Amino acid sequence: MSVIEIMFWFLSVMALGAAVMVVASKSPVYSILFLILTFFAISGHYILLNAQFLAIVNIIVYAGAIMVLFLFVVMLMNLNAESEPHQKNKWVLYIGGISGGSLLLVIVAALKKTVATTQLVQMNNGEVGLIKNLGIKLFTDYVFPFEISSVLFLSAMIGAVVISKKEG
Amino acid sequence: MNNIVQIVWLIPVLPLIGFLINGLGRNNLSKTLSGLIGTAVILASFLISVYVFLGVKEGNTHLIHYFEFINTGSLNVHFDFQIDQLSSLFLLIITGVGFLIHVYSTSYMHEEPAKDFAKYFAYLNLFVFSMLLLVLGGNYIIMFIGWEGVGLCSYLLIGFWFKNNDYNNAAKKAFIMNRIGDLGFLLAVFWLLSKVGTADYHQVFSQVDKLSAFDISGITLLLFVGATGKSAQIPLYTWLPDAMAGPTPVSALIHAATMVTAGIYMIARSNILFTMAPLTQTVISIVGLLTALIAATIAVKQNDIKKVLAYSTVSQLGYMFVGLGVGAYTGAVFHVMTHAFFKALLFLGAGSVIHAMGGEQDMRNMGGLKKQMRITHITFLLGCLAIAGMPPFSGFFSKDEILAAAFAHNPIIWVGGVVGALLTAFYMFRLYAMTFHGKFRGTHDQEHHLHESPAAITLPLVVLAILAVVGGWIGIPEVLMHGGHRLETFLEPIFANSNQIAVKHELSHATEYALMGVSVGGALIALLFAWKKFSQYEKVEVSETGIGKVMANKWYVDELYDKIIVQPLQSLATFFNEVVEKNIIDGLVNGVGKAVNYGSRQIRLLQSGLVGNYILLMVIGMLVLFIIQLFL
Amino acid sequence: MPVYYYIFLAVALFSIGVIGVLIRRNAIIIFMCVELMLNAANLLLVAFSKMHHQAAINTNSTAASDAQVFVFFIMVVAAAEVSVGLAIIVMMYRNTHSVDVNFLNRLKN
Repeated sequence: MSVIEIMFWFLSVMALGAAVMVVASKSPVYSILFLILTFFAISGHYILLNAQFLAIVNIIVYAGAIMVLFLFVVMLMNLNAESEPHQKNKWVLYIGGISGGSLLLVIVAALKKTVATTQLVQMNNGEVGLIKNLGIKLFTDYVFPFEISSVLFLSAMIGAVVISKKEG
Repeated sequence: MNNIVQIVWLIPVLPLIGFLINGLGRNNLSKTLSGLIGTAVILASFLISVYVFLGVKEGNTHLIHYFEFINTGSLNVHFDFQIDQLSSLFLLIITGVGFLIHVYSTSYMHEEPAKDFAKYFAYLNLFVFSMLLLVLGGNYIIMFIGWEGVGLCSYLLIGFWFKNNDYNNAAKKAFIMNRIGDLGFLLAVFWLLSKVGTADYHQVFSQVDKLSAFDISGITLLLFVGATGKSAQIPLYTWLPDAMAGPTPVSALIHAATMVTAGIYMIARSNILFTMAPLTQTVISIVGLLTALIAATIAVKQNDIKKVLAYSTVSQLGYMFVGLGVGAYTGAVFHVMTHAFFKALLFLGAGSVIHAMGGEQDMRNMGGLKKQMRITHITFLLGCLAIAGMPPFSGFFSKDEILAAAFAHNPIIWVGGVVGALLTAFYMFRLYAMTFHGKFRGTHDQEHHLHESPAAITLPLVVLAILAVVGGWIGIPEVLMHGGHRLETFLEPIFANSNQIAVKHELSHATEYALMGVSVGGALIALLFAWKKFSQYEKVEVSETGIGKVMANKWYVDELYDKIIVQPLQSLATFFNEVVEKNIIDGLVNGVGKAVNYGSRQIRLLQSGLVGNYILLMVIGMLVLFIIQLFL
Repeated sequence: MPVYYYIFLAVALFSIGVIGVLIRRNAIIIFMCVELMLNAANLLLVAFSKMHHQAAINTNSTAASDAQVFVFFIMVVAAAEVSVGLAIIVMMYRNTHSVDVNFLNRLKN
């Protein structure tokens, strides 16, 4: 087993385990922390895939900005394990678990039969994910969507302000 | 003669124009004007018909193509007119007799309000138009248009006095009976189209060899069903006596002279088909004979002057069908023509009597009218002699021709025919004697009002009487005069193919003389017997017994139809109404409503507002879609 | 690495996200599970990008970079979405003093 494979399995287990804990944790704060862990694991996968730019963005934007925002909101509301609304209906739990599980099963079973099984992924190599290449792409071919996204942010910002403003 | 081709379309179009003017302007036209228009267009048609007839007589037959009527896929129906011996002869009868009846109507209907008067002439013109279309049509489809048109006009005119509910019922009866026949006709045309692919006479008749015996028998039987409806044969004849509810000129025009002969015309036109179907011919002759006999027996016991004539018409039509059935097409057409003359004459004469009697139709209340109504009396007598088959009146020649052909075909039919002829002579002279001889049996008021009808009524009577007398002379049988049967020579091209196929029975001259002698002698005895019995008729109330009662009640055919067709149908309809309609269909409709109502009430519960449930359902839906997409 | 390892990993993460959405009632957790699903999709995109890059590396050294740009835009949109979403949740908390999504069924009437 090469180092890359070891890293892959380690990160995969970490991502899945943390994801399960996100769902399973009683306290929202723990959920957030586990989600951050999941994002770090995914960023690790990006690095393994030599997608350096995305790995960094993922950490900065998701783990850094978005999750901190979540954490901030949770703490603002002073949510904890006691205030957590409990799923009183056990059936919803079972049915939800069963449907999610069957979704997994169905997709896995379907993909087992496809040709994708023989395709390989380039690991730890390749220039496509480098900051330079993506930057060139972003500021040449995708410059217009890039600029539009700034408008999106502006409107999201205004929207957030308007929504959370006290009425009246 | 290209002129003929150019003006033929005017023959039907002129009555149509008359119909439009009278129909649309009925609120504004004066009686004189609408009568004038209605009569003038028919006169013009008649004159053109004469011109066309003369052209045809010189051998100019035409198939005139006007436009494509239906053009879909493999089905091509042309709007064609066929001008040949048969159609030109019928043109003459229709427009000629039609014209006289129009003239007659101007006087007979004069008491109607101007609006109804114009409506009457509009209907009459429309009828003539339809009848001309029927006769002129170059294929079965065009014929069917006219066929339906005359049925419609018959309905409208029988129910002309629509405020009387009995008349309405009579009109409906006529219409429904006709519809039954029309269905047969329509099916025959469809059958023909599916087998031959065309309804054009020429093409059908030239491809008749390609049809199997079964097809020909089926088609001709269905056509005959159509003919029984229109020409009042068993089992569809009961509408015709009831149709006497209409104004008398209408009875004369439609229910004696023209429309009822449509079936004869159709069969004569398709003679080649019928000649190829011996089974159908047998059926036709049997039905015709039965109709002739049954109607004649009923006529013997009727007291309504128009009813007697109506049953007499049914009976005479039966003769024509016998003629068609035994292959004497010329004889049948000949009888159509002579019958048109004398039956129109009799009806118009009866109308004149009714007019004079102030609407009285019961012969028991008449009698001794010969003094007051001289012209009517004489013309009526001539008509009676003609229909009774007395030589040398027209009925003798045509009836004799049919009977001779029947004898050659099967003597049993001849016997039936002669019996019918005797009955005809008997009831006609019963009618004549009861009406014009003996003492007057009506009310004093009526006696005071008795008068001869005006010229507009008597003139047509005179013309028709002359025709009834001399009309038969164009068909004098070979045995009496060599080359005397000019009609047969004239119609030769139409029936040539049939005559080739059918075995021509030649009777010896002696046999023919004997046959004539028997029928004329028998008719004469019956006539004198009737005269003796009824010329001094006294009004006595006797209830009929035995067979007389059955005959007076028209063999209970109406009651029979009521029992075996109408009542079961009505109970079936009641059953469907009570059970199928109210329980099943209503239940279904209301059930759907209730189900939707209940279902929505239940499904509404799904709209819980719980976001979790929505997402759950969405995921399950996705799952199902995935499974369907990926595995199925 | 074979690409289907990544596929399975991403599908597993996605399904965990779905299960989380289905069984939790806390709006914030549900929101986080949505983010988890987005990230699973992102991971898959990057994996496919590298797969295609592997196949086309000899002809074009920057082949399949579109997918990674796409991931970038997904992150952009996710960030915007989170800001608005959290604002809504704050608003909801302010009105109901709860983050239980089942309270939202009051929208029904």
